[in-house]
Amino acid sequence: MIVLTQTTEILRQLPDVGGPAQPLLTIRGLTKHFPLRSGLLGRSTGVVQAVDDISFDVRKGETLGLVGESGCGKSTTSRLIMALLEPTSGEVIFDGQAVGYGGLTLKEYRRQVQMVFQDSYSSLNPRLTVRDSIAFAPGVHGVARRSAVTRADELLEAVGLDPAQFGPRYPHELSGGQRQRINIARALALQPRLLILDEPVSALDKSVEAQVLNLLLDLKDQFGLTYLFISHDLNVVQYVSDRVLVMYLGRVAEIGPVDTIYNGAAHPYTAALLDSRPSMDPDRRRLEPPLQGDPPNPVNPPSGCRFRTRCLHAEAVCADKAPPLAPAGPEHLAACLMVLPGSGHSQAPKLAA
Amino acid sequence: MSGRTETLSAAQAELLIQAKGAKTRHPGYWTGVLRRLSRDKMTMVCLSILLLMLLAIVFASVVSPFDPYQTSMIRRLKPPGFAGHPLGTDELGRDMLSRLLYGGRLSWFLGITPVVISLVIGGVLGVIAGFLGGWVNMAIMRTTDVFYAFPSVLLAVAISGALGAGISNAILSMSLVFIPQIIRVAETVTTGVRNLDYVESARASGASSMTIVRVHVLPNVLGPIFVYATSLISVSMILAAGLSFLGLGTKPPQAEWGLMLNTLRTAIYSQPLLAMLPGVCIFMTSICFNIASDGLRSAMDVRS
Repeated sequence: MIVLTQTTEILRQLPDVGGPAQPLLTIRGLTKHFPLRSGLLGRSTGVVQAVDDISFDVRKGETLGLVGESGCGKSTTSRLIMALLEPTSGEVIFDGQAVGYGGLTLKEYRRQVQMVFQDSYSSLNPRLTVRDSIAFAPGVHGVARRSAVTRADELLEAVGLDPAQFGPRYPHELSGGQRQRINIARALALQPRLLILDEPVSALDKSVEAQVLNLLLDLKDQFGLTYLFISHDLNVVQYVSDRVLVMYLGRVAEIGPVDTIYNGAAHPYTAALLDSRPSMDPDRRRLEPPLQGDPPNPVNPPSGCRFRTRCLHAEAVCADKAPPLAPAGPEHLAACLMVLPGSGHSQAPKLAA
Repeated sequence: MSGRTETLSAAQAELLIQAKGAKTRHPGYWTGVLRRLSRDKMTMVCLSILLLMLLAIVFASVVSPFDPYQTSMIRRLKPPGFAGHPLGTDELGRDMLSRLLYGGRLSWFLGITPVVISLVIGGVLGVIAGFLGGWVNMAIMRTTDVFYAFPSVLLAVAISGALGAGISNAILSMSLVFIPQIIRVAETVTTGVRNLDYVESARASGASSMTIVRVHVLPNVLGPIFVYATSLISVSMILAAGLSFLGLGTKPPQAEWGLMLNTLRTAIYSQPLLAMLPGVCIFMTSICFNIASDGLRSAMDVRS
């Protein structure tokens, strides 16, 4: 652990409440529907089902990778977890305590969960120096200015930037990689337990991307963090994650340990995603794209299984029945009728008599 | 700790060494703006002209060769250089230079005051509308749209006409014309800033709306709003001149550029040079304010 002078007395990571077996974050039935309004009076003409009834756990100390195409609800999920958006329904439980409504207050919760955004430029106030940007959040939580600045310098050092040189700079004087390091330092300033990384390396050069990823893995050990790592880059997710959650059109398609999923996906969507990665091996090169077309409109999602319109294995039953998450292996769940025993799909396992 | 951590620490150390080698001074934001402004020749020329004018009108009582209200029936409409009058005399034989200097006081006052008033009122309303959004935004913005339905000059003339002639009524009517324009700019800029990630991230760190507005919104919106307001000074000056020209602003014998333009227009064939002088003053001032505000805009753009 990094030794923090002075400020350790004021801002330290809050203690573990539920013990190691208790998930750090539990999401139950989280749903966000954005109403579509039109006309002067704002009549509701439909809803965008951005996130529809998703449930998952983030375990203490793990990195959960969250993957999916653009528009599948990854960012909405992260903003719901950050309480930047009000969910339509569902709950967020942090270390056994519900957020809001008599459990953790929003301010207490926000100290423990912080976020790194994709766009390193727009996530830093152009009119604050790097040092002030990092020291802002501790100041909000009542840390004296001097301690907050000391803290900011320690964090700059922790992310590999010289405080004396970078502290007084402005965001536009820095490169993308440096800015993302500062965003990470800023997110760590409150000593959070959970860090939501919303595509933190997508906007960076490949070489810088590797540096930042290694820094993130390093900081995770140093600060005792848990990560929710959102990305559309399957290779990056494989590199950093312990478990992977695949989202499709606002729903969980599959969740399980990273090796299990990358070696044998149970959901055809995951399989297609993994196949879509370019292969270095000319023998394995394919001419047909594994996924055709665009995801359907989330205003009018397909009935039953939402992936059926693009699925190679779709059958009539898929249109009738929304597949629940069913066990596909140890710690491995997939929302596909081919996995659910006795679902009526021709490839589904038979029910044990 | 794993081997990965060790190699990273080495990389960190290397970065630190590089960083220390390239140490440079980091001036504040406004120092940078001033530095960029001082490199912009056109803007500097305009600012110098404005400064000279300001000094001249502030010290009009010292600089003026004559009393601006001293009439003389035998020295009417004399050309520049006549008998110690550097810029000649007007239709009542008053010294032009002295009247232009004293008139500048009123013209500048009428140019700047409505802008300052509407900057404060419009700025506050616009930032509120932009930051809160929703129904508040709807209420404020639809109200400003009502004002937008009328051409600004017509609106100022109508309000002034309804309230009666006079300086305070002219200021009031011009402020009412500018407030909606500033609200609209402030609202647009604030809405843009409100949706940026750093505001989200400040919210995610538990900061209150007041703190977010103070630390993250205001410093980023005041610049553009201020720049827009400075560009309105020239409009305000011309509008004030227009109101005076129509007899709705200042009243004779007060010296004001717009009014002087009006009273001298009958001399446009006999003494065209003389009749032009107040117009030249209005033109010079407003174009200088416009160029200066343009220069300020580009100097405040951090990314350039």
